[in-house]
Amino acid sequence: MSRTAENYRGYNFAYLDEQTKRMIRRAILKAIAIPGYQVPFASREMPMPYGWGTGGVQVTAAILGPSDVLKVIDQGADDTTNAVSIRQFFEKTAGVETTTETEKATVIQTRHRIPEAKLQGHQVLVYQVPIPEPLRFLEPRETETRTLHALAEYGLMHVRLYEDIAQHGHIAKTYDYPVLVAHRYVMAPSPIPKFDNPKMHESAALQLFGAGREKRIYAIPPHTKVVSLDFEDHPFEATKFEQPCALCGATDSYLDEVITDDKGGRMFVCSDTHHCESRRAEGHVGRLGTPAAPVTEAAE
Amino acid sequence: MYVAVKGGERAIANAHRLLEHERRGDRNVPEIGTEQIDQQLSLAVDRVMSEGSLYDRGLAALAIKQARGDLIEAIFLIRAYRTTLPRFGFSQPLDTGRMAIRRRISSTYKDLPGGQVLGPTFDYTHRLLDFALAAEGDPAAPVTAPVDTEAHFPRVTDLIAQDDLIERNPPADPAKPVGDLTREPLAFPADRDLRLQNLARGDEGFLLALGYSTQRGYGRNHPFVGEIRMGEVEVEFEIPELGLTVSLGEVTLTECQMVNQFKGSLTEPAKFTRGYGLSFGHCERRAMSMSLVDRALRADELGEERKSPAQDEEFVLSHSDNIQATGFVEHLKLPHYVDFQAELALLRQMRREFTARNSDHHPEAAE
Repeated sequence: MSRTAENYRGYNFAYLDEQTKRMIRRAILKAIAIPGYQVPFASREMPMPYGWGTGGVQVTAAILGPSDVLKVIDQGADDTTNAVSIRQFFEKTAGVETTTETEKATVIQTRHRIPEAKLQGHQVLVYQVPIPEPLRFLEPRETETRTLHALAEYGLMHVRLYEDIAQHGHIAKTYDYPVLVAHRYVMAPSPIPKFDNPKMHESAALQLFGAGREKRIYAIPPHTKVVSLDFEDHPFEATKFEQPCALCGATDSYLDEVITDDKGGRMFVCSDTHHCESRRAEGHVGRLGTPAAPVTEAAE
Repeated sequence: MYVAVKGGERAIANAHRLLEHERRGDRNVPEIGTEQIDQQLSLAVDRVMSEGSLYDRGLAALAIKQARGDLIEAIFLIRAYRTTLPRFGFSQPLDTGRMAIRRRISSTYKDLPGGQVLGPTFDYTHRLLDFALAAEGDPAAPVTAPVDTEAHFPRVTDLIAQDDLIERNPPADPAKPVGDLTREPLAFPADRDLRLQNLARGDEGFLLALGYSTQRGYGRNHPFVGEIRMGEVEVEFEIPELGLTVSLGEVTLTECQMVNQFKGSLTEPAKFTRGYGLSFGHCERRAMSMSLVDRALRADELGEERKSPAQDEEFVLSHSDNIQATGFVEHLKLPHYVDFQAELALLRQMRREFTARNSDHHPEAAE
């Protein structure tokens, strides 16, 4: 803990006291035992605002050990402001090693994305969750939605998806697309794009979801079946992009649209910054990119 | 050539440094001290202590200074600090009947034992800007009266209760410890102890608006201010190892007991019911609002029809906390471009389909 900054002196390793960590770990264990079930937990007030990742931060703080290597991403990127802020928080309070390399990390805290690289069994993916209840916008009352989950009564959700098909010809839900976990609970995957949904299915990594303001923790244990809700005649389809990444040429990654001028100019680049950088380091070059580190030949 | 935006780390550090600079303001103006905030902006300190759920004037004043006077930000600082403090026990229940009264009024009786004590109040001031105060204010010393240590200020609700005209306070149940929503997640339906805790730290503006709505017909319950009292109450703590009770000091409290109509039912005669409000410091507006909302939330218990926002427990308790609310509202500032991208793609697809559909149907009238 040599790197612990001045103003964090006096706080425990990873900020939370051990009693609180124990309470959170119990909730996590229960969540793992009942995949997809939202476990209420006594969420604490954190030194960053609700809605800015307090649930994910509490889960990370509860599972982090001194030998862990932490990666924090927001929108897939390591250098977005809130990802920077959360990474610094753990650098200061836990003094753990941090990384931007997906493969090197043992704990990855994320907001809105799953890294492109396939996660491994020794890794834990911690999601920041704003609204953990997949049925919330169909039924605002917690008393009601808990009953619906208990009875596995998901007709409302199917009707909602069907109405989309009747109205638009397809399901008009592009992120936070509901999934069925281990044949039992319908679960909100947090606002990841539906592009990422298939990565949750039978992932080797443990996936933990923390919702601080709503005081819920849930989990997908490794190698668990995670199915995006759909209909036989309208099967789930992940978003596809019509063009490759302009920097690294990847055709299999999620892309952000970047507006480059005020005349309608735009380009598409990988949202996963580490994925893009490592591809460029390997020599892949997109339409507007330049090769990374080992300079081979100048791109356009 | 496009270069992805970098440098979040330095931008954050520099933004915080700029914030510190702005907080200080013009350095030719003397810096404000926390004692000045404590003494001269004392009602702001009271509000921060109440909603921050921590009775510490010095820390609340520091939080107000650090937050540049943004009280919700100051409350947030206090909450985040409070949550790190160890819990070593619970105080004995406070006895507001033994309060050292500085203000006590009732709107239900013209006079009553102990009398009406106006105390320091804005009531009946004319809201005229005092331009002389812009220079400096050295007010005259207050008028004092000898303190009658024997004076007794029975609570108005206890006086009415002698005639059995008002519901009695439910007796304490030692087998059922008082809930704490900062230690256990709130579940619905919530008992009144948890509801009151939630309201006691709820946002003053939210409570005020909800209380106001009950007066305008959204969950009307015919309130009278049975009593408002403000003053100091001793906090006592029992040390089981020593088998004795020690005083930890005193806190300033504002208590409001609202007396409300109840028409009676098949099993119960008509009687007055109560709404209860309690706040740290001198926070009359919040104590009154709280008592209106507390009473409205008892709709189920009293067999009243529940149809207004102030009567809706899940609605009220889930949205009263301004730290939760401000966090979630303000989180919209965070990047959302991944989800926005997904929506853009869908929107473009839907518009393509729309155009194709319309040109199929009206080939010559395609837009």
